[in-house]
Amino acid sequence: MRTIQGIAASPGIAIGPARVFAPEDLSFSVSTPADLPAEWQRMTAALQTARTQLQEIGQQAAAQLHPEEAAIFEAHVQMLEDPEWQAAMQTAILQESRNAESALMDTAERYAAQLEALDDAYFRARAADIRDVARRCLRILLGKPQPDVSLHQPSILVARDLTPSDTVLLDKSRLLGFCTAEGGPTSHTAILAKALGIPAVVGAGEAVLSIATNDLLILDAHHGVVVIAPDEETLQRFERAQHAERDRAAQERAHAAEPAVTRDGRQVEVVANVGSLDDARHAVEWGAEGIGLLRTEFLYLDRQTAPDEEEQYHAYKAIFDVMGQRPVVIRTLDVGGDKELPYIDLGKEENPFLGWRAIRMCLDTPEFFKTQLRAILRAALGHDIRIMFPMIATVKEVQQARALLEEAREELRQKGLAFGERIQVGIMVEIPSAALMADALAKVVDFFSIGTNDLTQYTLAVERTNKRVAHLSNALDPAVLRLIARVIEEGHRAGIWVGMCGEMAGDSRAIPLLLGLGLDEFSMAPALIPHAKALIRTCDLETCRQLAQTALTLPGYAEVEAFLAASSPVV
Amino acid sequence: MPELTLTIQNKVGLHARPASLFVREAAKFQSNITVLHGEKQANAKSILNVLALGVNQGAQITLRAEGPDADAALHALQTLIESNFGEAE
Repeated sequence: MRTIQGIAASPGIAIGPARVFAPEDLSFSVSTPADLPAEWQRMTAALQTARTQLQEIGQQAAAQLHPEEAAIFEAHVQMLEDPEWQAAMQTAILQESRNAESALMDTAERYAAQLEALDDAYFRARAADIRDVARRCLRILLGKPQPDVSLHQPSILVARDLTPSDTVLLDKSRLLGFCTAEGGPTSHTAILAKALGIPAVVGAGEAVLSIATNDLLILDAHHGVVVIAPDEETLQRFERAQHAERDRAAQERAHAAEPAVTRDGRQVEVVANVGSLDDARHAVEWGAEGIGLLRTEFLYLDRQTAPDEEEQYHAYKAIFDVMGQRPVVIRTLDVGGDKELPYIDLGKEENPFLGWRAIRMCLDTPEFFKTQLRAILRAALGHDIRIMFPMIATVKEVQQARALLEEAREELRQKGLAFGERIQVGIMVEIPSAALMADALAKVVDFFSIGTNDLTQYTLAVERTNKRVAHLSNALDPAVLRLIARVIEEGHRAGIWVGMCGEMAGDSRAIPLLLGLGLDEFSMAPALIPHAKALIRTCDLETCRQLAQTALTLPGYAEVEAFLAASSPVV
Repeated sequence: MPELTLTIQNKVGLHARPASLFVREAAKFQSNITVLHGEKQANAKSILNVLALGVNQGAQITLRAEGPDADAALHALQTLIESNFGEAE
């Protein structure tokens, strides 16, 4: 029995066999083959096999209605058929007497380097495609299998880290949990695990890679611990804990649709963060009372042209219809910096998180922005919709955004198109300047929603994705808590409601604290809702208030964490 | 040798689907077709060559064809480019 300490990224306990996505060994030797024509034949045979594989996967993706993935595999086939590349490989083998492996990889790397040198993210991303194709051919030459992402039994997935493309083909019904060597609490793996409601331990270090497929694992994602080959006693202990947890979860789910009211009668709204139509359906199943954050990026990413008003209208309407009369906070487009759109030149930036993104980009491209606003207004007809502007730093930006919203309304009136009239307009508070100016901002909006991920990053000047400083980023830092307290207080003083849609709103350690600060609405990953509601029902508001006041006086997040762990808000 | 200079008007330039369609169209002809863009030149039948030109919207390219069906090839590629690759605006 061995244990490894990592970071708890999605709570729960999983017990089951490991399924290891091993790092591949694709090393090859560089040699001079004796029979060069035979070597070239070996090369063309490998290219042909790769082509057949890609065509099959492409058809599979198309049959499963993943047109974007199908297009990727089609593009890979076209690369394989490239006459210039083939000629370069042929020259390397027949003229320069190179073996197939080195001819393949050297020529591919030349093309990849050319593409990487271009001043455009799209072309640079194609460098990854050519390398991907080349590795596929290399595996064939080396007689190694293509990476297999199938799960033959319910398993805990172990990997260095997972990219979005790895997880696309995963059979999620057989996933018990995730365990990764790298990545942090906001990595793709962590987000996916939360969305699926399964446990994840991330950032557990190189030791994780010593795990073999079929090793029995315990994933204690409450404490970020991985146990390998547990002894009988440990196994039984965790099995009991898992059963207790399942019973508790079942109990919580049974009451998920009921309101979240503290013991002393304060009711708060518990709603979901949603990024697609599927998410919206799940949200309702998990007991969401509405949507506190509808991300609209899903409509804009991974495509070559911007979605038009009709397409957006139908996409929003489909989600609003699922939610019926439940309130939906829809966030206008939040891209830029690290997320790229082929049809808008976002440029390369030194500091993408401080750059031309979200509302800044939208205000500078008013026609593009108004297309989204018109689509939202039209889809809002007959629903309770609240529009939220992201990345607001100043009062002036709110005034500009509201002016464009008014223009969008006027354009619809002129076209005689019906739209929702009574719509709340609010902002995401995620920049310290907005928190500090909350009193002024509260006068020009109908609500605030605090985005704790970015607020933490900007307050503490820590880039979340930078491993060396990520540990400094903690939403429980008193500096962040003081800003949150201020936003809630100023919002209430102006008579508007204040919600939260960052990770913190679903963190069971933080919920009593946030109740104590007076938060009105908690928006979180759907799977977290039943537990959050159950927790709120056990809380006493007055005790939570005292807890919050003490937390605000502590010097650092470590003290806040320790204090929260030691305190019970339950009467 | 017939030659033709055109401006790429579609939104994304010679990326992705447009690049793919362009290469497929070129491959239908026997002639050797060259694309010139600034200092760089590419074999029109090679997707990797065409992508490496980095042609964005508004860029000018010159097409040059040599072979039995050179005129027909240039005409077909011109039609494709001028249709903006069938992109909806």
